[in-house]
Amino acid sequence: MRIHVYVTPKKTVLDPQGQTIRRALNSMGHPEIENVRQGKFFEVEVSDKLSPEQATEVLKKISEEVLSNPVIEEYRVEIAR
Amino acid sequence: MRFVVVVFPGSNCDHDAWYATSRNLGHEAQYLWHHDTDLKGSDCVILPGGFSYGDYLRCGAIAKFSPIMAAVKRFAADGGLVFGICNGFQILTECGLLPGVLVRNRGLRFICKDVLLTAATRNSPFTNEIPAGAKMRMPIAHGEGCYTADERTLDELEADDRIAFRYVENPNGSMRDIAGVLSAGRNVLGMMPHPERATEPLVGSTDGLAVFRSLVSACSAAK
Repeated sequence: MRIHVYVTPKKTVLDPQGQTIRRALNSMGHPEIENVRQGKFFEVEVSDKLSPEQATEVLKKISEEVLSNPVIEEYRVEIAR
Repeated sequence: MRFVVVVFPGSNCDHDAWYATSRNLGHEAQYLWHHDTDLKGSDCVILPGGFSYGDYLRCGAIAKFSPIMAAVKRFAADGGLVFGICNGFQILTECGLLPGVLVRNRGLRFICKDVLLTAATRNSPFTNEIPAGAKMRMPIAHGEGCYTADERTLDELEADDRIAFRYVENPNGSMRDIAGVLSAGRNVLGMMPHPERATEPLVGSTDGLAVFRSLVSACSAAK
């Protein structure tokens, strides 16, 4: 089973990388781009012995403890179809 | 006084910390590998600067799972002196021994230069020998040095006198000009500037010595 984890900076945290990318996109002819926030994407293979619910719980725990830093980041866990 | 310097894969200021404490100040200092689990009766554990585990995932995020860190956490909980410099500071925030987090510098660039900082409190084992108001010159060398925490945490740090160092001119966007913070027990310090790289006239500054001298006097007072 394949699970996707998205880690993104919290809305309240300044994201200078995202801002720089947004400015670059604006200057290369995309004035319609109003905001960019940069995060991380993890593709995780989990044993099929686990139910999707169990796997999601495991990944939530891992995301909380390792993949994200809850001080500045939030995460989303999705089962890949 | 007995110092130990923890060496992670990717540490690169470990020798500077060893030199500052042993050759320079004449105390006992030894290296410990990150797989060690015994702190060898040390009085102070130094987590040095560098790029532990290649800064993979986030700075300091992998180092917190090193075998040695469980021993460091127990040592800190018992009141032992733990001193994280640069990457060491990042490790201490990742493993929860210090609040907040170090994020990418406001200007996005890696900054490598001398800065001026002041001790924001003299009430700590790391700052007791630093003259009040003295401007100390030390190098910084980091890409992720922007100290970030929520407003409540910052207010608490100020109310509890736990901000150890402040930048005179903020180089990286750190909230409230914070360059170093103390734990609630005041026995754990993390700072981004490098006092261990400012202990010899040859390298341009000896202002960092005051931090190590503070540790020595705190340790001898406790014995």
